[in-house]
Amino acid sequence: MMDITRKLEILADAAKYDASCASSGAARKDSRGSKGVGSTGGAGICHSYTPDGRCVSLLKVLMTNACLYDCHYCINRRSSNVTRARFTPDEVVQLTLDFYKRNYIEGLFLSSGIIRSADHTMELVIEVARKLREVHQFRGYIHLKTIPEASQELIAQAGRYADRISINVELPSQQSLNTLAPEKNLARTESAMGHIRGKIDERYAEKRKPDAPKPPPFATGQSTQMLVGADASTDAVILGCADKLYTAHRLRRVYYSAFSPIPEPSAILPLKAPPLIREHRLYQADWLLRFYDFKVEEIASAAAPHLDLALDPKLSWALRNRATFPVDVNKAPRELLLRIPGLGVRNVERIVRARRYTGLRLADLIRLRLQMKKLLPFITAVDHHPAKLGLDSDSLRARFLPPPEQLEINFGAPPAPAATDFLSVRSGEL
Amino acid sequence: MRTIVIEPEYEAWRAAARSLLAQGVAPEEVLWTDDSQESSLFVREEPTVAAAEQGASAIKVPAAFMDMARSAAAHTDARRWGMLYRVLWRLTRGAERHLLAMATDRDVRQLQDWCKAVGRDIHKMHAFVRFRLVGTDAATGREQFVAWFEPEHRIVRLATPFFEKRFAGMDWSILTPYECAHWDGTRLHFTAGVSRSSAPDEDALDDLWRTYYRNIFNPARVKISAMQSEMPKKYWKNLPEASLIASLIAESTGRVQGMLETEERAAKPAPNNAYLKSLHAMNQNEAAAQNHESDPA
Ligand code: SF4
Repeated sequence: MMDITRKLEILADAAKYDASCASSGAARKDSRGSKGVGSTGGAGICHSYTPDGRCVSLLKVLMTNACLYDCHYCINRRSSNVTRARFTPDEVVQLTLDFYKRNYIEGLFLSSGIIRSADHTMELVIEVARKLREVHQFRGYIHLKTIPEASQELIAQAGRYADRISINVELPSQQSLNTLAPEKNLARTESAMGHIRGKIDERYAEKRKPDAPKPPPFATGQSTQMLVGADASTDAVILGCADKLYTAHRLRRVYYSAFSPIPEPSAILPLKAPPLIREHRLYQADWLLRFYDFKVEEIASAAAPHLDLALDPKLSWALRNRATFPVDVNKAPRELLLRIPGLGVRNVERIVRARRYTGLRLADLIRLRLQMKKLLPFITAVDHHPAKLGLDSDSLRARFLPPPEQLEINFGAPPAPAATDFLSVRSGEL
Repeated sequence: MRTIVIEPEYEAWRAAARSLLAQGVAPEEVLWTDDSQESSLFVREEPTVAAAEQGASAIKVPAAFMDMARSAAAHTDARRWGMLYRVLWRLTRGAERHLLAMATDRDVRQLQDWCKAVGRDIHKMHAFVRFRLVGTDAATGREQFVAWFEPEHRIVRLATPFFEKRFAGMDWSILTPYECAHWDGTRLHFTAGVSRSSAPDEDALDDLWRTYYRNIFNPARVKISAMQSEMPKKYWKNLPEASLIASLIAESTGRVQGMLETEERAAKPAPNNAYLKSLHAMNQNEAAAQNHESDPA
């Protein structure tokens, strides 16, 4: 009989390849008036950080790391020789409550290798969530991984207890799945996501019409993860897939996870980890799609399907579209301000508000702590009119390239755009 | 020039500021100081309460300013009281009602910086407080926890309502050097600060937590700077897991090397499992259907 420490070692190690650690975006609830603990609804909290720079906000474990599937990028696949372990539902419940009460974590992210069948596995995972909610009045964050092939009733049940549910697409095409994850199927994953979206929409529709019959409670969001660098998919294909998921199934987040070495390598997927900077650029591009109104084709097209690893995608777009610049920070509409390299959403708002009362000068922008060096060639202000010449010059790109040594350092540790909720690794379970 | 001495609390500043504003005292004429930096050089002058009452209702400021003031007041910078009064003056007497929309203004920027630092400190307190189980109340059966935390700013009252909501079902105290907060299931109350030795050092669960921390770390992607920018070293001494950081970093290269040297494993055939068989059949059907669709004939 394995003790709880040994099980935790194995089943946390097995879960660490899932990049998702978000604990925000849940409905507001808290423990006041109950005998239990737990609250959700604010910004997510990172309770700790490990030396890989990733945030620890949830107890992220697998129910079991035994698995029928054979996904070649995964340490838990049936061909792996890893030691197997299995928690009982009560063990996970107890660990979650004990950790939560000490403020080590703010919730549970539970997943599992697939044993016996999709439904059987889902039942195990759901049982933990049910006990936490119903027996212990736990109001903390719960994220459950679901299996596309599980029955709709079970997915509805999972969503009833969870704040977030997710299914990993893993790879952006069926062709890649056929080679690397032969049991997985993109069409079934998407249809399950569509079903989940329907449930989430119902939840929000209920808020608009108070007189309509109340649908059962359901999670507030779904997310997914895609592996980067394990197959030949280009950035354009990856971003295209993400964009489709955002629009068709309204996902909260797509996580990108650079494939990284695992202790039990597969012969089918030899080790060749992609540079982490690629994952970082994908996150930046994803940000542009979601918050800056960029279209996939503007960032990565069939003609130029890969992101520039040396420059961030917005700067890279600006250099390819120099005719758009310089942009007048005192007059340009918000959409255009959002296109300026080095100017984020928050500072665009500040500029729009402040310029109602004053003509903005460089000193004002410096006080906003903007990245002036990046900004200057692309804007005009009351006291700044860059020579068109600067924008036309061939050396402009070179000016933004990091010096070679620094570039290498950055490969190891790219500055995260919004570090807290997506620093990630390779995919894991379900 | 007059010197105003107040308790280092938002309410005290607010009362004094109202009174001064009602009297039409310009910011340049006031020197603010609070008890925390009290010195015999200063002559105490209590704000006149009567003056505060008169005309106080006539002062209208944007709600956003009150929020900012409450938060900036918790900062430890000695200049905050004077700066808050100056911005209040500009918003009202100075007829710059739009001032807060000007993130480009020096004073506004300074207040925002203080608010941001206070907000970050509150957030870190929510993250890095570690409760230790000290017992169970014999009468109520409620578990009792105690935590020690060293905030940078005076944030205990701003940060603790969060803990009340999150940990309503247990009794807890959070001890800090300048103020302590206590929750007993019905009431949140505050007492004076204590020293580190008043709080327990460990919890029986800390070892299991360290087990988790060690195993959720991925040695294949060490990014120390990302960790330290979010979890600065000053917090480490009160975090049970931080004792592992040095060894995890030191061992990571060897562990990755070990992975790279491991012999690749061949794929194992599928076991005889009914579900897996049905899955493979489903996949084949779908593939066949797809081929058919794309077949122009
Ligand atoms: S990714 Fe999930 S389904 Fe695939 S082998 Fe790993 S645990 Fe099993």
